[in-house]
Amino acid sequence: MTIVAPNQPLTDDQVERIKADFPILQQQVNGRPLAYLDSGATAERPRQVLDAERRFLEHDNAAVHRGAHTLAALSTDAYEDARATVAGFVGAASPSEIVWTSNATDALNLVAYGIANASRGRGGADAERFRIGPGDEILVTEAEHHANLVPWQETALATGATLRWVPVDDQGCWTAADALAMITERTKVVAFAHVSNVTGMIAPVAEVVEAAHAHGALVVLDACQSAPHRPLDVQALDVDFAAFSGHKMLGPNGIGVLWGRSDLLNALPPFRTGGSMITTVTMEHTDFMPAPERFEAGTQPVSQAVALAEAVRYLQAIGMEQVRAHEEHLAQRMLDGLAAVPGISVVGPAAGVPRSGLVSFDVDGVHAHDVAQYLDAQGIAVRSGHHCAQPLHRRLGLTATSRASTYVYTTDEDVDRFVQAVSEIRGYFGAAGADA
Amino acid sequence: MNTLDSLYQQVILDHAKARHGDGELPDADASHFERNPTCGDEITVSVRLEPGSDRIAGLGWQGDGCSISMASASVLTDMAVGRTVPEFLALTEEFRTMMRSRGAGEPDEDVLEDLIAFHGVSKFVMRVKCGMLAWVAAEAAAREATAAR
Repeated sequence: MTIVAPNQPLTDDQVERIKADFPILQQQVNGRPLAYLDSGATAERPRQVLDAERRFLEHDNAAVHRGAHTLAALSTDAYEDARATVAGFVGAASPSEIVWTSNATDALNLVAYGIANASRGRGGADAERFRIGPGDEILVTEAEHHANLVPWQETALATGATLRWVPVDDQGCWTAADALAMITERTKVVAFAHVSNVTGMIAPVAEVVEAAHAHGALVVLDACQSAPHRPLDVQALDVDFAAFSGHKMLGPNGIGVLWGRSDLLNALPPFRTGGSMITTVTMEHTDFMPAPERFEAGTQPVSQAVALAEAVRYLQAIGMEQVRAHEEHLAQRMLDGLAAVPGISVVGPAAGVPRSGLVSFDVDGVHAHDVAQYLDAQGIAVRSGHHCAQPLHRRLGLTATSRASTYVYTTDEDVDRFVQAVSEIRGYFGAAGADA
Repeated sequence: MNTLDSLYQQVILDHAKARHGDGELPDADASHFERNPTCGDEITVSVRLEPGSDRIAGLGWQGDGCSISMASASVLTDMAVGRTVPEFLALTEEFRTMMRSRGAGEPDEDVLEDLIAFHGVSKFVMRVKCGMLAWVAAEAAAREATAAR
């Protein structure tokens, strides 16, 4: 892999060189070369990331922030270097604003339950800014992934606050105006996805943040589908918290990130408690460490952090602007291809409106599971189902859709094979009006 | 036969379109709802027994799902009506055994009739639930209808 020119989509040669770094993509599935179009669910990992984790485990592995032996020091350094790398990747003001979690779901729960804990009096005067109760509102959108919906339902139930949601239109999208109409002095938290995992819609972050902050509300950004795929600068976006997962960005499972503004992180009561997050413990009372350690109870996912940092360096070597440009090119190729296939309805932003590199669609007369099965027989992996967004699908009048999602290793050929296979599906299943 | 065609046998594709039993069942004795949370497929199966007997007089279902689950519900309707509840429960067990076989063995066509077409589905672990969904709902509805007697 080589560093490429800024702001240009990747060339075919560059993509082929990137793809060559991914051992898993070099295989045949069901007798055909694998076309992996399910990176929105989990991304594959390059050799460099696999090697970094193995190298660490073969040479440096030990428990961090405890013990005085050499490996403990090496591990602690690697672990904290990884934190600094991720901090740089998202534009954090300091590494201490990066909290390791097990994944984005865990990160969002950390904030939601931290607010619930503050609301029942935990965290003292510092946590006053997080306290919510009856009459207050938590605002989400109808398009949210369950991970950014269910924790807020629970927090609303625990605190007596009201959960409200920005409605979506017939394409599953919402606008800044829709959100602004619902942000009032009662709004205390606004939580939404930067990029929708179903529609690929890119949220109007700046407008929502401005309105939320003008009313004193906190903004929690689900960055699961943005951090891996486009430049992310949390300070420029001016959000208060952002969450994302390692496994969606070429990194390992079992590690995710919560970024938060340091003044907020240091005031938020912890969600999980135990070892590694305390200063003084007596039988009656415990004092917590400042962020990020106060949220990192228990033994740490060290090799995962090391490997995630390597994934970040891999992405940085390509350049996040190039990743974005490459995926937007692929999405457009998919949309153009599918537009020529009868009986295909794509959900998400209208033509010409920017979207991320994923496309969810309905095949008239054929269920999403059958679509995915047909594609799988040709070695093409797509996601089928409700993509952990049941309310959105209910609003669209669909129980399930199929989703093709791209990444740095996705080639034009992958997309073309996908479009060709989709064009055969209605005929195979004998859908009404299809050419048999 | 290629792998895909062994899954989507013609009997399954035909039943997925014909959908025998699709619709509300008047005067049902019991209904049961089942949902596959991983894919969102859902079905409500209703059962009516003959008066004074445990013989299934009518079966209807309303649902939405993939061709495997819809075809399975259609075959269910054909095969359940006319059997007593114990006969139907025994048939369900036979079907379940075949669906859990991962493609092994030689299922008894005399017993399973059109259900034999689902033998190929058992090789696709991710789709076994699709094939069983309507039957699990019918099993519960039949038991409930009997218990209500």
